[in-house]
Amino acid sequence: MTENKNFNKIVHLSFPPTVSGRPVICNLGKLYNLSFNILKADINPRHEGSMTLEIMGPEEEFHKGLNYIKENGIKVIPVTQKISRDEESCMHCGMCLAMCPTGALSLDMDTRKVLFELDKCTACGMCTKVCPVNAMENDPQEKENRTT
Amino acid sequence: MAKTFEVNKTIKEINERIKNGKAVVVNAEEMVEIVRSKGKVEAAKEIDVVTTGTFSPMCSSGLLFNIGQEPPTMKTSEVWLNNVPCYAGIAAADSYIGVTEPAEDDPLNKVYPGRFAYGGGHVIEDLIAGKTVRLKAKAYGTDCYPRKEIEKDITLKDLPNAIMLNPRNCYQNYNCAVNMTSRTIYTYMGPLKANQRNANYATAGQLSPLFNDPYLKTIGLGTRIFLAGAKGYVIGAGTQHVKNPARNERGIPLGGSGTLMIKGNLEGMDPRYFRGLSFQGYGCTASVGIGIPIPILNEEMAWFTGVSDADIQMPVKDYGYDYPNGIGRALAHVTFEELKSGEITVNGKVIPTVPMTSHVMSLEIADKLKSWIQKGDFLLTEPVEEIEST
Repeated sequence: MTENKNFNKIVHLSFPPTVSGRPVICNLGKLYNLSFNILKADINPRHEGSMTLEIMGPEEEFHKGLNYIKENGIKVIPVTQKISRDEESCMHCGMCLAMCPTGALSLDMDTRKVLFELDKCTACGMCTKVCPVNAMENDPQEKENRTT
Repeated sequence: MAKTFEVNKTIKEINERIKNGKAVVVNAEEMVEIVRSKGKVEAAKEIDVVTTGTFSPMCSSGLLFNIGQEPPTMKTSEVWLNNVPCYAGIAAADSYIGVTEPAEDDPLNKVYPGRFAYGGGHVIEDLIAGKTVRLKAKAYGTDCYPRKEIEKDITLKDLPNAIMLNPRNCYQNYNCAVNMTSRTIYTYMGPLKANQRNANYATAGQLSPLFNDPYLKTIGLGTRIFLAGAKGYVIGAGTQHVKNPARNERGIPLGGSGTLMIKGNLEGMDPRYFRGLSFQGYGCTASVGIGIPIPILNEEMAWFTGVSDADIQMPVKDYGYDYPNGIGRALAHVTFEELKSGEITVNGKVIPTVPMTSHVMSLEIADKLKSWIQKGDFLLTEPVEEIEST
């Protein structure tokens, strides 16, 4: 992997109600040498919005672009902080494998353990719904729904 | 006519060796290679016990419990634990909670697919973990049992009796599920994507108890087992037990067949080996950890316990149309080895496979049982009554 050309990262953006009406993301392509792929978006006028974005391009441009987003009042959360696995709870059954679209969850053929590779995760949240023991967590609120 | 064997051991002899710390115990995975390299007779001479293990969703499980009396006395007619309804149509303070029972206010599949966040299996897991559970009960009141209501926090210690009682566990073989329709469906075999884009399968394969004793020659009423981290017992054939299934040349049934009824005291169980589950769009259930020791009484038992994943065939069935309509056809038979490889080919289509039974936990259970026997903490039992299997 040539680090400069093929830098690629998935981030989660949180839009405060005040900025959700303005064009920002398209400028990543216009002002910086970046391309992006929208993996998930929930943007509504005058409401807090969210978007999961895969950003590709030279690393330097990526950081400039990210700063531009932050300057515009958008909160940037790395996806790796969005989805997490409760290692105590996971029983390595493998049911999540069916729904993971990116292969971030995979089976180690030797140990038969379920591997979770954060850098491949797009935080789509499918695993959080299918996991029978609720070991895959989207955000802290999700977990609270399980209590009695 | 009874068969004659070169190697003849009794359970009593094996127990003597266990007590003296001399028994040779291996798990069912290790036994595959031993039988392959040494042959069944040598293996039978050398090995005394093979331990099996499985940690799989087993819907037909539950807890029989007694809440004790707190004067004025009460004959409970409706009982809830953490708002999960229990069956109370038995003696005054007895009830039964099943693992598939959802909490009373669960929205079920009203918003499809439902989440089924908490049910009977979760209650049992919480009790095993020593957590506090809210008990609520109602009664109509009688002269001998005047109390009409009770509501209090309890833990496992407050229950005079708490017995896991599972009508059907340890299914010997099962279906591998695919979906041939054009929409995702949510089943007890997990979510199945449209057009056969995943094939879900259960059981622990060569580690699974009833694949290692396919004719139930050593497992019967009274067999002592590992149950969710404590000692439990087989109390007979389970519901839906099939005694004469179609088998392959090795005696392995070609579809779901033998089942066991199981009981064990909740006290001493470990929540690691009993987990309440939520199946999206389907319901609540629980994974039960079971390990059964197979005594190697002769070379025939050595041969049976030498079963490998490649010797096990599972039927692939369509859960989109066939299963709900009671059509029993198998689209194909695939080996457990193929299922474990990550993909199978059915009628020319390559389908990624998805396990539902934790192999990691199944192996851990077989090894835990192995260490109990090696330490002399666990003795084998002679079945009081056989379970028919031909």
